[in-house]
Amino acid sequence: MAETQSLRAWLLTDTPTSRRHAKLSALYQGWLTFRSNTMAMIGLGILVLLVLVAAAAPLLSPHDPFVQNLGNRLAPLGSEGHLLGTDSLGRDILSRLIYGARITLYIVALVALIAPVAGLLVGTVSGYAGGWIDIVLMRITDIFLAFPRLVLALAFVAALGAGIENAVLAISLTAWPPYARIARAETLTIRSSDYIAAIRLQGAGALRIITRHIWPLCISSLIVRVTLDMAGIILAAAGLGFLGLGAQPPSPEWGAMISEGRRFILDHWWVATMPGLAIFTVSLAFNLLGDGLRDVLDPKAGE
Amino acid sequence: MTMLDVKSLNVWFGTGRDRVDAVKGANFTVGQGESFGLVGESGSGKSTILRAITSLAPNWSGIIQVDGTPVVSPRPKAFFKTVQMVFQDPYASLHPRHSVDQVLGETLHLHGFREIDARVVKLLDDVGLGQKFRFRYPHQLSGGQRQRVAIARALAPEPKLLLLDEPTSALDVSVQAEILNLLADLRQEHNLTYLMVSHDLSVVGHMCDQLAVMKDGEIVEIMSVAALRKMEATHPYSQHLLHASV
Repeated sequence: MAETQSLRAWLLTDTPTSRRHAKLSALYQGWLTFRSNTMAMIGLGILVLLVLVAAAAPLLSPHDPFVQNLGNRLAPLGSEGHLLGTDSLGRDILSRLIYGARITLYIVALVALIAPVAGLLVGTVSGYAGGWIDIVLMRITDIFLAFPRLVLALAFVAALGAGIENAVLAISLTAWPPYARIARAETLTIRSSDYIAAIRLQGAGALRIITRHIWPLCISSLIVRVTLDMAGIILAAAGLGFLGLGAQPPSPEWGAMISEGRRFILDHWWVATMPGLAIFTVSLAFNLLGDGLRDVLDPKAGE
Repeated sequence: MTMLDVKSLNVWFGTGRDRVDAVKGANFTVGQGESFGLVGESGSGKSTILRAITSLAPNWSGIIQVDGTPVVSPRPKAFFKTVQMVFQDPYASLHPRHSVDQVLGETLHLHGFREIDARVVKLLDDVGLGQKFRFRYPHQLSGGQRQRVAIARALAPEPKLLLLDEPTSALDVSVQAEILNLLADLRQEHNLTYLMVSHDLSVVGHMCDQLAVMKDGEIVEIMSVAALRKMEATHPYSQHLLHASV
């Protein structure tokens, strides 16, 4: 029997035989739902490609992204040896884009680690505890929400100094309040449900209920929201770079590259356009992925 | 031996002008090994009594004694080893992301049991679910199977008093009978005391020895099931209820 049963049948069974089997089976069914969404698969494909490109940057890039050649500055698209042309200092734009993917991924990963975790923590504690804890935490959230995002980031970077880490911190600082709001709203509906009452009747403490019972239900909607927000985060990072407050020259951050190309935008449009296209593509990919993830993860969509 | 003694219990929600008195001066006792029914229409305060006993309804006054000891707030862990509850809607009382194994395992862990694996297997056998259901998620179970899991969870700490909040009203008729028979069998096997809420007089007649009729938050009459069968209700509201259900 064991030989005739294919892996697929094993994964799709209704009667899992072990803990690991049940987990794998649930994962595989999620993957099947996700795979049926073509646009989400395109988004995932682009992002996987981006990760591969960033990992293999030294192998893929035709030139050193920092080497200047003032004799060959502002070369047009498709010129010899420089597929996407060169910038105002004669650096190869394609190589800079490839290395820039690393910076973009770095920013995205850091913000995705900090902001949603902080938001989840504040939101679930506030929603579950209620009372004055809820009031204090939510007013703090309101204060952060009331700040215009870019202005707060500007002030933060101005105080701590320009640089990628500070830009990430500034973006995270302004990005967590919406997550806290979502997590709190979810917690309020979850905490009055019967299965929370049932676990309270087993003598479970608040910490266990929040981390084991409320988080798993909040996380899926947060993941969706984070992927959809990624585009905005990349744009904010690029915006800070553009204003000269994010990544510093000569680092090949895409926003900073647009900023450099701005001076020549009328005569040498590709210098600013190529990094712009890169930002656009990655942002779009995150949005497509987020849409697909929503179909898979949203518990309200029903099983 | 008295298992549960409730004296002049008041339960209310809200304060000031918004205050709603859900239960007003309820008195009843349930003996060890007995099965006691609470009947009444929706909103008469039946479920609220159960929620007050288990501290899910925070505002109450009066005396509740379980197994000879008055309950205190917050309830100590020992309380939850004595009293457990089965909820009305099996579709809402199981965590959607936890498998049966996780639900029962965590409950056993919280009550400090060892040999959790063996106990989970035994609990599933007790409620008539086999091994093959152990690693399923709630969405892979039917309503009746879910309610069996909920009953297994309530039995896990080996309680003496089981509070049943309309345990079959969300199930269709054939499954209702199965669950009621299971509950009756379990009561015999484990020597349990039941406090059962229902709006269905036939369910209470099948399951209980005594019942209290509630209306607008007050217990209007306590009678035995034998009297119920002979239609010997004295209060006009319980007479009305009896005639309506025949």
